[in-house]
Amino acid sequence: MTFDSDILPSARAASPQGPDAWTSLAAATLLGLAALVGFAQAAPAQALLNVSYDPTRELYRDYNAWFADWWVAQGHPRPEIQTSHGGSGAQARAVIDGLGAQVVTLALASDIDAIASRTDRIPAEWQQALPQNSSPYTSTIVFLVREGNPETIQDWDDLIRDGIEVITPNPKTSGGARWNYLAAWGYAQENGLDPRAFVGALYRNVPVLDTGARGATTTFVQRGLGDVLLAWENEAYLALAELGDDQFDIVVPSISVLAEPPVALVPGNVTDDATRALASAYLEQLYSPEGQAIALRNFYRAWDTSAAAPEDVARFPEVNRLPIDYFGGWAVAQPEHFADGGVFDQIYTAP
Amino acid sequence: MAHCVPLAARPRRLRSATTEPRVVKGVLIALCLAVLSVLLFAPLIAVFDEALRRGWAFALASLGEPDAQAAIRLTLSVAALVVPLNAAFGIAAAWAITKFDWRGKAWVITLIDLPFSISPVVAGLLFVLMFGANSAFGAWLVASGFPIVFAVPGIVLATLFITFPFIARELIPVMLEQGRAEEEAALTLGASGSRVFLTVTLPNIRWALLYGVLLCNARAMGEFGAVAVVSGKIRGQTTTMPLMIEMFYNEYLSVAAFTMASVLALLAFVTLVLKSALEWRHADQLAATHRH
Repeated sequence: MTFDSDILPSARAASPQGPDAWTSLAAATLLGLAALVGFAQAAPAQALLNVSYDPTRELYRDYNAWFADWWVAQGHPRPEIQTSHGGSGAQARAVIDGLGAQVVTLALASDIDAIASRTDRIPAEWQQALPQNSSPYTSTIVFLVREGNPETIQDWDDLIRDGIEVITPNPKTSGGARWNYLAAWGYAQENGLDPRAFVGALYRNVPVLDTGARGATTTFVQRGLGDVLLAWENEAYLALAELGDDQFDIVVPSISVLAEPPVALVPGNVTDDATRALASAYLEQLYSPEGQAIALRNFYRAWDTSAAAPEDVARFPEVNRLPIDYFGGWAVAQPEHFADGGVFDQIYTAP
Repeated sequence: MAHCVPLAARPRRLRSATTEPRVVKGVLIALCLAVLSVLLFAPLIAVFDEALRRGWAFALASLGEPDAQAAIRLTLSVAALVVPLNAAFGIAAAWAITKFDWRGKAWVITLIDLPFSISPVVAGLLFVLMFGANSAFGAWLVASGFPIVFAVPGIVLATLFITFPFIARELIPVMLEQGRAEEEAALTLGASGSRVFLTVTLPNIRWALLYGVLLCNARAMGEFGAVAVVSGKIRGQTTTMPLMIEMFYNEYLSVAAFTMASVLALLAFVTLVLKSALEWRHADQLAATHRH
């Protein structure tokens, strides 16, 4: 620090900028506030928030558009339907913490159970409220293989052959990967094989365990690792649409699992009768022929094919799908197979 | 390493004691560039390349979607709100800390640094705990129709918290270095407190302030962790650009995801260019304020 002979000129030269800076700060703040007020005013009277899980964007975009038209045709004002997407467990947590969903459409019944048990916003017997265990659409685990199926992978027993590399995420961290594991287990059990040895052989063919389904898809598609990716059927079709179906094929095995992503009304977040009517109709119409056709078009298996385009139905070959009850339900299967020291730990660490 | 082989074969040369041999310089620069290209340039190029994988029209169309536009609008408005507020807080904090002596100063400095040391996820969870439906206050807020968490106010609060230290941290060292002599001189000449601040302090710190504002702005637009926890991820309402990028990616819309990422990178790039342009234009003034 030396002499301050230069302060006065520099201070004088810059002094007009001082107040200017404050004016622009204030102006920017006002601008931001104005924008936020704009956001706040955007909510109309008939609004509905559907809190959903990750890859349902296209499904609910289509369905929201159809449903809004249908609701107007019933003589109601046009509703504004909002959707939120994220990991199923995290979305359930957000609803528990106060995210104001009138409707939840999640991946697992246990996620909706968590909302029901930790808050009083959903009744405990929610799964009886709608047909088919409150699951308007289902999905299953299939194989994504490289174009032309160079390793001729047809069924689960092809995955334990020497030299085949299987890409599947870690069942300890990924919900989808648990289904992959159980599907292989069920195949072995149904075919009179020792399921423990079979699944162990399969996981010896897994070169890398990603933490989640999206990471495993990246490993298989972008990094080019592996001969077969175990994936959700609806996500496999999404990946195909995104990556071009000239690079990959989908193979449906003889036996797989029946995953039922459930939907539920959240009465605790419904404030008036008009919203209740809207939210209930929103869920009920998922079971209408048109709603089912939209699910089929978005690569989910649905129950009612009467209004669907033939190619959306023909896409899904018959497969023997084992429900979670086959494995004793999640309450039994989860600790038995995936807890620390469970069957997966025993077979995966075994050399 | 390829360049080392000829080096070993070469006879030793005399070199000046004050300069490095040219080979060492070259190797160091090459290493530096190699690290930079692996860590910075290659990923940046990959982001733009992935965005343009299906051509400009496809990339631009993904930005035209209402969800994407709402995300860009939300991110810009949050930054427009957070940066001026933090500029005001940061200047006030730095002014109080560097120009006055008081008890508990060290404690306040630690407090300002707190957002740097807390993981953003934890910061987000703190807001959920405080304002979420499971706290009495949060339940009252939700019931009276002014939810903070899972709404825009929560995003603003979380961003404000995360970017709080940026401007103060930039200003405090500069103002410490400048000392109080100029302010004291102004006071002895009879200037009022506000006049001293506006005509002496503020002009002296304006470059540091600008750096701070740019850093704060970049982080405010890019913040993911804390915002992800409090956002609720409602499309078109509470989804900021970084959240939208993740959502698009998880929905197998990688062109849309990487186009949005490119826009975010470009916004950062624009602020950098702006900063360089200002520096270049005011180089003489900049040199003057650093002459101490």
